[in-house]
Amino acid sequence: MSSILEVQNVVKQYGDYTALNSVSLTVPKGSIYGLLGPNGAGKTSLIRIINQITMPDSGVVLLDGEPLQPDHVHVIGYMPEERGLYKTMKVGEQCLYLAQLKGLSKQDAKAQLKYWFEKFEIEAWWDKKIQELSKGMAQKVQFIVTVLHQPKLLILDEPFSGFDPVNANLIKDEIIELNRKGTSIIFSTHRMETVEEMCDYIALIHKSNKLIEGKLADVKKEYRTNAYDVGILTNNVEGLMYDLSQKFTMQQTDFKSLNDELKLQIHLGTHTANELLQTIMQRGQVTHFAEKIPSVNDIFIQTVTQ
Amino acid sequence: MSKLLLIIKREFIAKVRNKSFIVMTFLSPLLFVGIGVFVGYLSTMKAELKTIAIHDETGRFAKEFKSDEEYHYLDVSQLPISVLKDSIQSEHYEGLLLIPKILDNKQLEKKIEYVSNDSPGVLFIEDLEEVIAKKMTAENFNAVGLDTLKINSAKADVSIHLAKASGEESLKGLNEIKIAIGGAFGYLIMMFIVIYGNMVMRSVIEEKTSRIIEVIISSVKPFQLMMGKIIGTSLAGILQFLIWAILGLSAMFILSSVFGVQVGAAAGQAQELAQTAGKDMSKIALYLNELWNLPIGTILCSFIIYFIGGYFLYSSFYASIGAAVDNETDSQQFLLPIIMPLILGVYIGFFTVMNDPHGTIATTFSMIPLTSPIVMMMRIPFGVPWWQIVISMVLLFGTFFLVVWFASKIYRVGILMYGKRPTWKELVRWMKY
Repeated sequence: MSSILEVQNVVKQYGDYTALNSVSLTVPKGSIYGLLGPNGAGKTSLIRIINQITMPDSGVVLLDGEPLQPDHVHVIGYMPEERGLYKTMKVGEQCLYLAQLKGLSKQDAKAQLKYWFEKFEIEAWWDKKIQELSKGMAQKVQFIVTVLHQPKLLILDEPFSGFDPVNANLIKDEIIELNRKGTSIIFSTHRMETVEEMCDYIALIHKSNKLIEGKLADVKKEYRTNAYDVGILTNNVEGLMYDLSQKFTMQQTDFKSLNDELKLQIHLGTHTANELLQTIMQRGQVTHFAEKIPSVNDIFIQTVTQ
Repeated sequence: MSKLLLIIKREFIAKVRNKSFIVMTFLSPLLFVGIGVFVGYLSTMKAELKTIAIHDETGRFAKEFKSDEEYHYLDVSQLPISVLKDSIQSEHYEGLLLIPKILDNKQLEKKIEYVSNDSPGVLFIEDLEEVIAKKMTAENFNAVGLDTLKINSAKADVSIHLAKASGEESLKGLNEIKIAIGGAFGYLIMMFIVIYGNMVMRSVIEEKTSRIIEVIISSVKPFQLMMGKIIGTSLAGILQFLIWAILGLSAMFILSSVFGVQVGAAAGQAQELAQTAGKDMSKIALYLNELWNLPIGTILCSFIIYFIGGYFLYSSFYASIGAAVDNETDSQQFLLPIIMPLILGVYIGFFTVMNDPHGTIATTFSMIPLTSPIVMMMRIPFGVPWWQIVISMVLLFGTFFLVVWFASKIYRVGILMYGKRPTWKELVRWMKY
């Protein structure tokens, strides 16, 4: 699969401070790519380089196979975390202005605006000033402005902050819809549930370095701990514990269930899941048996605190 | 390029649509006229008549003081001094002039006293002194047997006529007219820089605080945005000046058509005057002639060039300051060094250029780019060699490009910085990013 964006050994320094230390990333075409990292990791610096707001000190960024050039701003849609609009400018004029800055002709911009305003049922806002709108309403306008020029690559920094759950869902559906139509999307977010739900690729940047990158499923496989959550109904707890301790390490755990069983998290070590299952089947009735899949949150915290 | 045009258009429309712009444009001429009328009214009001009591024990000076519209001199020599001092308050005397009974003028010179509850004006005291001194001098002449009339007729009254090497006759007072013309243009440039430079700065700060800046610069280069802002704002300013000029001209036109009869009559009167006092009229004609001989073309052309150069130079400072701070309050420390050269330019213009338009100081400051738009504009009516103008303009535009380059670096970094107010040191570091 070809890539929409390739970042190769990008270095960015601000004085003595290194914001990006030879970072390389590959964003496949048509993917939803989660860019993760704690505050100050260098995500915004990277995003600003992709948007040509700042230039890298060294390294190359390829967009759709070509090195970045000024015209590329027309095929990128960027919604920064710190976003805003001209407060005293009317919604319609403002959208037209920003669309034209993104290279749309006035006619095209009007046609696109008509489509989106009807879709979101906000035609009545056209002549209102931004300062008359609520924060959530302004965010909707902001989203429209970001996607208006039908970008190939959409970069969204914390896209759901400021939306109520209903509107967040609306925007989420629109993002998925755009992705289905072929738009590649880069998400920068701290909301791990969003990443779990929407992203198929992730990268984790920490202290100016890229630590993890890959398909979400692959990353999870890599971070699997070979631990199983097990639930057993048994009369002979001591016997069970004795059997288990011969081969495995374990600890008490908790998960949701309807029974009042013994709940254990068991690490396989060098043994297989089948061996574990055999061991516990002999001692009681198995009510729960599941591999512990690392959440993105776990991976994030584990990597960052290491 | 078309993006730059888009930005210019937006900035222009945003400024022009602003309520304060509309109010300023149409209200300030009214205010201006209002103030003019008010000052005119004040100056026509008669000053209160002040009474000066004179206690003259010699009896020689009291009658020399002639009452006029402003001062009434009252001879109170027959009243005792102690009573008079008490009655300054009760009789509302402005002051009390005490001349003691000393016959010898040399001794009397230093013994005259003026008693007042107010502090009298220097000019007024000089007037009093002059009256007494004149009388004394005449007496002194008489005492040694000199004929006052002969002395007066022997006095020479020299009035030097000014002329130029080119042979034309020159006139006194023309310097004042020249400095007034140059000063008006120089002052206009300064006012424009301060008002519209501030506007540029506020507009940058607004983009920062509304956080739209990052959205914009993901579409255009910060340099384009900065230049678009500066040009768009200046166009709004030029429009404002044009409206004022048109309003002023039409007001003059309306006034002269309303008072058309009087204007014609005045012209007739002037002709009569010219016949009766042909000498005075030829003087006026000379002044007019001199005015027309001023390098009007040079003045207007250089006004436009210095205006553009000066405004762009300063507004790029303003733009980078706006980018460096989060709100207007924080901008003060950075604004001071910008306002200083402007004020310096105006002072040098009005004091140094007037006395010595081609002296070292005036010439130097008309070359330094930060002051040259103002100082050179004030010098030009006095006739400046063309090569000086060229050097000064080259320096101005050279500095302008340099400053724009640095300013755009600060601007580029500053617009994305939030939080603490940067120090000068940090600003310098930003240039290296």
